Amino acid sequence: MTPDQEKQSRTMPPANPPRIAPPRPEQPAQPATAAPVHQDMPAICVDHLNVYFGSNHVLKNVSLNIRARAVTAIIGPSGCGKSTFLRALNRMHELIPEARMDGTIRLFGQEIYAPDVEPVIVRRRVGMVFQKSNPFPTMSIADNVTVGLRLNGIRKHGVLAERMEQSLRMAALWDEVKDRLRAPAISLSGGQQQRLCIARALAVQPEVLLMDEPASALDPLATSKIESLILELKKDYTIVIVTHNMQQAARVSEDTAFFYIGELVEFGPTAKIFTSPSQKRTEDYVTGRFG
Amino acid sequence: MERHFDMDLDDLKQKLLTMAGHAETAVNEALRALVQRDYELALRVKENDRVLDQFELDIDDMAIHLLAKAPLASDLRFVTAAMKISQNLERVGDEATKIAKRARDLCQEPPLQLELNLPRMATMALAMLKTSLDAFVNRDPVAARAVIPQDKEVDAMNRQINRELAHHMMDNRDTVLRCLNLITVAKSLERIADHAKNVAEEVVYLYEAQDIRHPVKEKPVATEARQPQG
Repeated sequence: MTPDQEKQSRTMPPANPPRIAPPRPEQPAQPATAAPVHQDMPAICVDHLNVYFGSNHVLKNVSLNIRARAVTAIIGPSGCGKSTFLRALNRMHELIPEARMDGTIRLFGQEIYAPDVEPVIVRRRVGMVFQKSNPFPTMSIADNVTVGLRLNGIRKHGVLAERMEQSLRMAALWDEVKDRLRAPAISLSGGQQQRLCIARALAVQPEVLLMDEPASALDPLATSKIESLILELKKDYTIVIVTHNMQQAARVSEDTAFFYIGELVEFGPTAKIFTSPSQKRTEDYVTGRFG
Repeated sequence: MERHFDMDLDDLKQKLLTMAGHAETAVNEALRALVQRDYELALRVKENDRVLDQFELDIDDMAIHLLAKAPLASDLRFVTAAMKISQNLERVGDEATKIAKRARDLCQEPPLQLELNLPRMATMALAMLKTSLDAFVNRDPVAARAVIPQDKEVDAMNRQINRELAHHMMDNRDTVLRCLNLITVAKSLERIADHAKNVAEEVVYLYEAQDIRHPVKEKPVATEARQPQG
C-alpha cells in the first residue's frame, strides 16, 4: 500500500459505526445480526504483522485482506502460527506473557491496536469460538448465552430473553434446547455445547467470528451441523476459521491462507489453493507430503 | 517416506498405461485389417473391444476409491485426469471397432480404384494419440500442447476425403456402399484425433493446472467510421 493509499484508508469513514465508546447500560433489543458492512471494503486488513513471544518470532511480516461476509480458512502444520494469527485479530494474544507485535490490523478501516482502543471492545466486535467447547459449567444454557450481555450491563429480562432466543436460533440450537433452557450447559452433547458457545459469541453482536478448529473434537454429524451453521452465518458475519481438516476448509471457505513456520506462504481463492496451488510448499502440505 | 497414497496413484497410472497400449494396438490392428483386407483380424479387433471397456470400468473403480480418500491439488488433478483419459481411450477403442467393422465389409468387396489420403490421416491420428500418451508418461505439457493444433489438420483431411468420395460416388454408382464405408473410416480417424486432443488437454491440466479446453474466440472489434478531421 502506498503512503497515499494508507492515508486514504485511515481517513475513510468506517463502514460500521465505531464501537469504541463504552457500552450503553440498557440497549433496546436489535436483531442479532452484524451491522451492515460495505460490500467492497475488506472486513480486516492485516499489514506487515509480526508477533513475538519473547525472543520467538512467531508471525513474520504477514499481510492479507479478509473479505467481509465470507469465510476465510487458515491452514498450516502445527506450530506455524495460525492460532497466533487468529488471536492477533482480536488482541487475545496479548493475554500471553511476553507477547508483543508490530504492524497494523484494521477492522473495517479502524486500527484495532490504536492506543485509544480497548482490547475488551475489540473482543466484543471480534468474537471467538475455541477448539474445545467451553460453556460455563455451573451456568444454565440460557445464562451461558446471555453472560456476555449481562457483563456489558444489559439487565432487562425482555431484552436478554429476546437476544438469547435470536442467538440460539442463529446457532441452530433453539429447537433442541427451547424446552430446557434452565438445564446445565454441560448436560448438552459435545456438538450442542460447541453451538452453544457460538450462540454465546453471537449474543454480543460481533462483526467477525474467529473459530479455532471448532469441529476438531466432534463426530461427522456434529461437524456437519457446525459447517452448515458456518455457511448460514457468513450471510451476516465475517468468519475466519483455523482448521487442520483440508476438506472442511474446502467445504466452507471462500479464501484460504496457508501458513508455514510463521510465514504466510500463499493466500487466495480456496478452489485454487486446493486444486492448483502456486507454491510448492502449499502443494506439498495439502497433498500430505509434509506437515 | 513414500505415502501409501503414492502407491495407489502409481497403480492407477500403470493401469492407464496398459489401457493406452491396448487402445493403440486396437487402432493399429483395425487399420492393418483395412489395408491388408484381413477379415479374421477385423473380427478379432471387434472382440477385443470388451477388454478396453473393462479397463474403463476398472479405472473408474480405482479412481472412485482414491477420490474417497479426498486427494487435493496435483493428486486430485491426477485422479480426475485419469478418469477422463480412460474414457477417451475407451472411445478410441470404439472407433477402432467401427474401422474394423468397415474393414470386414470392405474386404469382401473388390478394392476401390481411388487414391485417398487415408494412410496419412491414420498415421497422423495415431501419432497424435501416441504423443499425448507419451506426454502423460513423461510429464511433458509442452509436447501435449503441440498435439492440439494438429487436430485441425486431421479435420481438414477428413473433409477432403469426404469430398473425393462424394465425387467418386456420383461418378460410380456401384461404389456407393464401399465409399460410405470409407467415409465412416475417415470419420473414425478424425474422432481418434479428437480423443488424442482431449487426452493432450488433460495432460496440460494435470501438469500445468490450466484448463485449455473450449477456448473462447475473440470477436473482431467493430471499427468505427472515422469522423472527417477539421
